[in-house]
Amino acid sequence: MRSDEKIYLLLAPLVLYILFFFLSPFGSAFKLAFFNDSGKFTLDYIVKTIKDVRFYSALKYTVLFVVTIIPLQLVTAFVIALYITRRGSSWLMFIVSIPLAISDLAAGLIFLSVFSESGFLNSFLYSLGLIKRPIYFLSYQNTWFLFLAVVLAEHWRATSIVLLILVAGLQMIEKDFHEAARIFGAGFIKEIYFVTLPLLKPSIQSALIIRTIFAFQMFAVVLALAGDMIPVLSGEAFFWYSLYRNPHIASVYALIIILISVFFTFVYLRVMRQEL
Amino acid sequence: MRVVRKLLETLFALILILWVLLPIYFISSLSLSTRKEVFSFPKPFIPREVSVDILRFFVEAHGTVRSLLNSVVVAFISILIVLVVSLPAAYALSRRRFRGRDSIMLFILTSRMLPIPLLAIPLTNLYIAMRLYDSLLGVALLHAAMALPFAIIILTGIFVKISKDFEEAAYIFGASKTKTFLKVTLPMALPGITAMLIFTFITSWNEVFAASILTVENRTLSAHVLNVMQASPIYFKYAAGFFLSLPAMVFIFLIRNYLFEMWGGLQSEK
Repeated sequence: MRSDEKIYLLLAPLVLYILFFFLSPFGSAFKLAFFNDSGKFTLDYIVKTIKDVRFYSALKYTVLFVVTIIPLQLVTAFVIALYITRRGSSWLMFIVSIPLAISDLAAGLIFLSVFSESGFLNSFLYSLGLIKRPIYFLSYQNTWFLFLAVVLAEHWRATSIVLLILVAGLQMIEKDFHEAARIFGAGFIKEIYFVTLPLLKPSIQSALIIRTIFAFQMFAVVLALAGDMIPVLSGEAFFWYSLYRNPHIASVYALIIILISVFFTFVYLRVMRQEL
Repeated sequence: MRVVRKLLETLFALILILWVLLPIYFISSLSLSTRKEVFSFPKPFIPREVSVDILRFFVEAHGTVRSLLNSVVVAFISILIVLVVSLPAAYALSRRRFRGRDSIMLFILTSRMLPIPLLAIPLTNLYIAMRLYDSLLGVALLHAAMALPFAIIILTGIFVKISKDFEEAAYIFGASKTKTFLKVTLPMALPGITAMLIFTFITSWNEVFAASILTVENRTLSAHVLNVMQASPIYFKYAAGFFLSLPAMVFIFLIRNYLFEMWGGLQSEK
């Protein structure tokens, strides 16, 4: 056997495994979304999904979450990454990356201890004398607060991923560039804008794409903090499958999720190519 | 001026540490109190008493122990699958530049970008036909698929770092390729492989959507908590949050040196 053939033999299990688990569901999802149980083509499931009242609020909230959380994460992660690379502080890096391995479900439950009725935020406000009795933060009357709680929990949990990518990127930028910038008299702001940011572009791009794709699947953190009071696309897919036992409509939701993920990724790549 | 700057920098680091650690402190102090204490208001910052009352309630609650065992079994099957599939592939990717290498790497990376609902929901029909629905093996197969792309990145990075010279020395002394891999390369790569396996464990332990969709009875702990939490008292939720994040925090400590390998490797492969 030629050695090239041997290489493909070593790779075959991996490629077949991934093909099977990542590509075959794709086809089945289309089949479930566009064909009924007796195998006839139908647009009923699409129509039914779009006509559902919760569809629009799920779409609205999912997009709102993505456009709030991700810019926020990117900016904070960038500031922290600059600080950590300048100080070269590895123990700080370790502490900040603790939430990295915590699941979104657990993060939601963790923030419950902050926002619940007898939780720590209420206790803090009470001890400052700002409130007389606990506020019921996580209720359907405070949709904006439910939204904020989810944003905070997601920011707490997932910023560390962005941070790791940016720190790794910053470490690859050679010191010479910074020295050159300083020799030509660039200040801190100018150096960041004209040297650091353009060189960090690939890292920012990967962080953006990874975070956006995962944020469009946000689900357990919302369920933990807001129950079904804030609908999101992934949550609707989950409910339609496990509660209403309708895999067709659940598949329509799954396809919508990948559709907007791809759309956003495409937009980023276009915008990033022109800007910066 | 220098002093002010130094002070501001320290303040920044302090806020950062508090922001990360306070929520963990809150959930720990609530989970380690009593069922009565949870409802007391206002809550003191330092808990009045420490007790395992709530954790005991959580562990003794119906379904907890069983789903915990399921979680461990699923994670270990995933680890086994990842190991078998990724080791030869990562070795091949690290040792040779061959035609199609970059496209295979890109294919592996982009595959991970598919949303989990899109993977899990259609898979149910197939699983029912294959008698894998509601089985631990079925969940583990998907979890392994989810962990594979990053496992490949980490492993390839590790193998690249191990110099070929050691292998060539083994060949000269007459060792076969398989023997060289098992006796020379593998032991040197062991710490990195362990980190990769821990990462796989966390991926499986944390995953909740697919584990809920693909099972009815045989839930993993995450899936079990997700499905009962709406009907559970708040101290159950606290204990669950604490319990679910515990291994995550231990493991992140164990693999801290490999974090950059994982996410930093992403750029060099692009």
